[in-house]
Amino acid sequence: MNSVIGENLTVDSEPARKAPRLHPLGVRFMHWTNAVAMIIMITSGWGIYDDYVIFHGTHFPPALRLGSWAAPSLLWHFAAMWLLALNGLAYLVYGTVTGRFKQRLLPIRWHELMQTLGDSLHFRFTHEDLTVYNAVQKLLYVVVILAGIWQVLTGLAIWKPVQFSAEVALLGGFQAVRLEHFIGMSIIVGFLIVHVALSLLVPSTLWAMIGGGPRLRRTAVRT
Amino acid sequence: MQRRGLLRGGLSLGALTMLTGCDVSDSTSVGKALNWVSRWNDRVQAALFDPNKLAPTYPASMILKPPKFNAYFDITQLKPVDAQTWKLELAGLIADKRPWTAAQIAALPVRTMVIRHICVEGWDYIGGWSGPTLRSFLERVGADLSAKYVAFKTADDYPSSIDMATALHPQTLLATQYAGEALADPFGFPLRLRMATKLGYKNPKWITAIEVTNRYPGGYWESLGENWFGGL
Repeated sequence: MNSVIGENLTVDSEPARKAPRLHPLGVRFMHWTNAVAMIIMITSGWGIYDDYVIFHGTHFPPALRLGSWAAPSLLWHFAAMWLLALNGLAYLVYGTVTGRFKQRLLPIRWHELMQTLGDSLHFRFTHEDLTVYNAVQKLLYVVVILAGIWQVLTGLAIWKPVQFSAEVALLGGFQAVRLEHFIGMSIIVGFLIVHVALSLLVPSTLWAMIGGGPRLRRTAVRT
Repeated sequence: MQRRGLLRGGLSLGALTMLTGCDVSDSTSVGKALNWVSRWNDRVQAALFDPNKLAPTYPASMILKPPKFNAYFDITQLKPVDAQTWKLELAGLIADKRPWTAAQIAALPVRTMVIRHICVEGWDYIGGWSGPTLRSFLERVGADLSAKYVAFKTADDYPSSIDMATALHPQTLLATQYAGEALADPFGFPLRLRMATKLGYKNPKWITAIEVTNRYPGGYWESLGENWFGGL
């Protein structure tokens, strides 16, 4: 897998017309910033959840919580929210303006989705060309981006239920929004588990998010 | 809810000695940074606060009776206030600092609101509160309404403070009644603050003194790491 990167690195030898890498520096920076922010938000959120649980009898173990009790967990949560929201906003603007979203994440075709799902269930992970996402990847990335936006919106509603009382009413009331925020977290944690597991199964994807990955061929850029 | 009182009472005692690496202590650089962001969030919340925005209100039939008891101590440790000797002291940037008796406060015009109480923990209930607005009281005693803070002292040693904008909000009451009856002892008799626009812990009970000031007064939970503004 590593040879794939090495190969592509040496393929483009014209310095003046170097094609962009799979993950430009900005994307990598935002990815890892988001990773840190998300992990802080999730683990501090678990500390806040444990103070008054939604599902009776469920608690997150203290070892997984950020903050020794609710107040420090809240401090972490309301500090990292800035990192998450500002970085996320930058990412959304970048993805839209550069066309990266359209290029990488769309369209998602049903038959491709079914085929890739079938392959995945048989542990066939064909990911030779890192520059093209399969339908399952596309769907997962779209869902997790939407879940991130959802968390910011439901989080704002929980934080300011009077100032945003119309939004809270629309979402079904204060306790409903708490549940919806919890569901959003569950989706992101579910994504995180699959995402990390797959990146470890196909390590070249992980190295690509650190070093930038292969340079894109002109045709790949255009599609 | 009582669990919180016990839990927090215990933790507040242990808080200074149980601090670990990820904890918020003013002495660590991480703790300093988190507290700095919390102060920044106070300012953001003050900017988000719309003085004309009213919290949703509910029909009286939805009022929970009795309300939920919640304090940093257990209800068995409750020390009721004697209304005969009780006085409300005034201090700071107030023209007329003569103390008030319960009878004098009872003679003030009363406003009623049925609002949602939201605790920082995540639970909530609908409560019906009556009493003079804090605004009308502050105007009556000639308080400097351009000052930054209104601070409270209480019989249960639970200092608290709020911003002036919230103090002047129409849904900020010096509550003397719950669900149309005199406040019961566990819920702050004879006088407690009740704001529709702030989290539960921002509402001191068993108030004994009000001070108007420009010096940041802090509060009980705030000194243990909770956010000061605590706005909804």
